[in-house]
Amino acid sequence: MLKVSNLKVNYGAIKGLKGISFNIQKGEIVSLIGSNGAGKTTTLRALSGIVESEGQIEFKGKEISKVPSHLRVTLGIAQSPEGRGIFPQMSVQENLELGAYSRNDKEQIKKDYNRCLELFPRIKERLWQMAGTLSGGEQQMLSISRALMCKPELLLLDEPSLGLAPIIVSQIFEIVKQLNSEGMTILLVEQNAKQSLTISHRAYVLETGLITLEGRGKELLNNDEVRRSYLGI
Amino acid sequence: MEELLQHLINGLSLGSIYALIALGYTMVYGILQMINFAHSEVYMMGAFFAYYTAKYLNLSSSPGFGSLAIVLVVTMVLCSLLGLAIEKFAYRPLRKAPKLNVLITAIGVSLFLQYFAQLVFGADPKVFPTLIEEQTLFTIAGAPIKSFDVTILVVSLVSMGVLHFLVYHTKLGKAMRAVSHNASVASILGINVSRVIAYTFIIGSSLAGIGAILVGIKYQKIEPMMGTMIGLKAFVAAVLGGIGSIAGAVTGGLILGISEILVVVYGSSQYRDALAFLILIFILLVKPAGMFGKNRIEKV
Repeated sequence: MLKVSNLKVNYGAIKGLKGISFNIQKGEIVSLIGSNGAGKTTTLRALSGIVESEGQIEFKGKEISKVPSHLRVTLGIAQSPEGRGIFPQMSVQENLELGAYSRNDKEQIKKDYNRCLELFPRIKERLWQMAGTLSGGEQQMLSISRALMCKPELLLLDEPSLGLAPIIVSQIFEIVKQLNSEGMTILLVEQNAKQSLTISHRAYVLETGLITLEGRGKELLNNDEVRRSYLGI
Repeated sequence: MEELLQHLINGLSLGSIYALIALGYTMVYGILQMINFAHSEVYMMGAFFAYYTAKYLNLSSSPGFGSLAIVLVVTMVLCSLLGLAIEKFAYRPLRKAPKLNVLITAIGVSLFLQYFAQLVFGADPKVFPTLIEEQTLFTIAGAPIKSFDVTILVVSLVSMGVLHFLVYHTKLGKAMRAVSHNASVASILGINVSRVIAYTFIIGSSLAGIGAILVGIKYQKIEPMMGTMIGLKAFVAAVLGGIGSIAGAVTGGLILGISEILVVVYGSSQYRDALAFLILIFILLVKPAGMFGKNRIEKV
């Protein structure tokens, strides 16, 4: 579904990504793990088109690296960004409606909206609240459901577990698994290597702008280097 | 008592004009985090657009709401086009440049328009055509209520009402608020940020055009340098209310207008212009974020 070749991103003189290649098949959960500053978020930003990049990004067989970011949503790429990116001074409902901004299929929007509330009952209880008053976990759920409102084929999740209590993290990973079992293709960026590798079909390890390892989720979980560097074992 | 009431009405109509112009500053700031110093020149050009529209359509021979409406619509359209052109040719190429470059460009555009207007329209003041006949409509507690002031208040209230509806109850408004909070998140949700910015300029410039016509009606004199002082004052009003806040711009404008008139009446008219800057210094010392502003946390 997604094929990235030799993707490079420069922030001024600093090289954020030094040429990475990876691919995602339809129906997969693929993780991108790595420490701070490895280029995980930069990769997602390049895929969504909010940073300029060099190299090829092929989505559903179409080269999209020059497509402006707001049109990539229409092609089927949605992202729950770093730091959740919710709009704190808007109601939870308005946040969700913004997810469907570029869609016109009213009835399907309504269905997806109800589906999101079904998936995240906590969000449903807080529809009229300002999004800024939600707890961290609820904000993360809002951010994911807002991305789902874009009706994506490929869902990009940037550290959905960041700063959340372990029980909420487990809930979020459960939902990611559930979404995937319903057919959603997911690219998961995480520092929480253990849990993300457990639910992933395949994973890539990113270090200072380069991919250093790749493999099946379970394989990497047992890889000595990964265990030392990311699992603290 | 009648006098005070009269002054308050005067202050209110002056204040709502400041508010209309302040809204343009605050909306562009909210979206781009830049002070559009050319805004006061869009206002000035608006006065001339209105002047020539009325002149060529010979509207001053038939003053009334019909003529006012025609001048309003034509001026709003022309001001929008001017605002759009400024955004497209001066600011858009600098979207990724440091803020200071954009600010200096804005001052450049402002100067360019001032001297362009002097060249084309002449530096001499012109008499604004009569769009509304001056008459006393009714009296409240002995204070005469003039048609000018009623027109100004009604037009400003309607404009602000429309703006409020636009920003808080339409899809475009939702997109504007989203872009203002975080443009890159807005764009990954499918919002065309450039288009939203263009609409913001259209709305702000239209409001400046409306303000120009109201000033023309009340003070009947227009000239190419008329934007400077009122622009500065509207900017002070926006800062007073909290730049980036729509409610703040309206409140700031009204406070500034009323206090200016009170200074003229109970103090000295020489201090009229000084007041705005005193307020600016005071607010920057005491509450730099303004009345409704929030301190932005700058993420590094």
